[in-house]
Amino acid sequence: MFLMKPTTQPANAGRKLAQGAAAAWPICLGYLPIGLAFGVLAQKAGLTPFQIGLMSIFVFAGSSQFIAVSMLAAGASLMPIVMTTFMVNLRHLLMSSSLAALLGKESRLKLSLFAYGVTDESFAVNYTRLGNDAWDLDRSLVVNHTANLMWLISTVAGGYFGHLIPAHAFGIDYALTAMFICLLIFQMKNRIAVLTAVVAGILAVVLALVIPGNAYIVLASILAAWIGVMIKRAGR
Amino acid sequence: MDYIIMIAAMGAVTFFPRWMPLFFLTRYNLSGWFVEWLELLPASILAAILIPALVTSGEPRCLDMFRPEMWVAIPTFIFALATRSLGGTVIVGMVLFWLVRTWII
Repeated sequence: MFLMKPTTQPANAGRKLAQGAAAAWPICLGYLPIGLAFGVLAQKAGLTPFQIGLMSIFVFAGSSQFIAVSMLAAGASLMPIVMTTFMVNLRHLLMSSSLAALLGKESRLKLSLFAYGVTDESFAVNYTRLGNDAWDLDRSLVVNHTANLMWLISTVAGGYFGHLIPAHAFGIDYALTAMFICLLIFQMKNRIAVLTAVVAGILAVVLALVIPGNAYIVLASILAAWIGVMIKRAGR
Repeated sequence: MDYIIMIAAMGAVTFFPRWMPLFFLTRYNLSGWFVEWLELLPASILAAILIPALVTSGEPRCLDMFRPEMWVAIPTFIFALATRSLGGTVIVGMVLFWLVRTWII
């Protein structure tokens, strides 16, 4: 695998791998039940475990995979499914932009490999850590691809025997919510950030109630961050 | 074959928004307000994903403030604030949610 490729400092590679994997485990825990659930649904929609695995590799985006499978089950054709996938994942444009502001002139191959694994979860974990000196693109790559591997394994496993596992076992369906709570706290670095998050939360709830789909995430984030900048500049 | 075309197209439209900023924005010195905006974006995105998931439910969505998701979020939030442990918060949240689901609601 490309992650195992010897780097210029081979002694360091093992440690980076271990640190990246350690940072990724809460994501993996959260992906497990969702991946299994996806596998079960996809299998019910008529996909084989092999097809499920291919989709997880090609697309690697939880919510749009769920939507695609339910659209497939409802007999939707290619274009609506692809367009919906595009809309649902447009929020990653914002996340990658924020990550780009933290990453300097890195190798474009590495940046592209990294981009493939940008999800809500890996974005939040990496963004929190990239602010530290002890974190870098290599470790972030490990985070992304560990999470990706877990997603692949759990979705395929769900296609084989997800139906045997009770739906809400051990509260594991709360794993990602709990993770987002903690990651949000990590972002509360100053009063402006807290204020911005409050504005974003309120805006998102209001927009979520009035517009269908998940466009509320992108709209509320863009607006709230902009309001945050205005407040910050007004306070100077 | 149709399936391969579909997932390839889905993959392309998923990869493109993830890739474009990382590939191009990392090459430029961004202007001040844009950097400030990007710095506030993660807190905004996380709040915008999290809060509606806690206080709305159904399709079409309705306001629903007193869901187990919301009740459990409060002690989970306090635990996260006190410990700043990501893994610990995930475990505590799961256990609390499981207890609430099993014994209370």
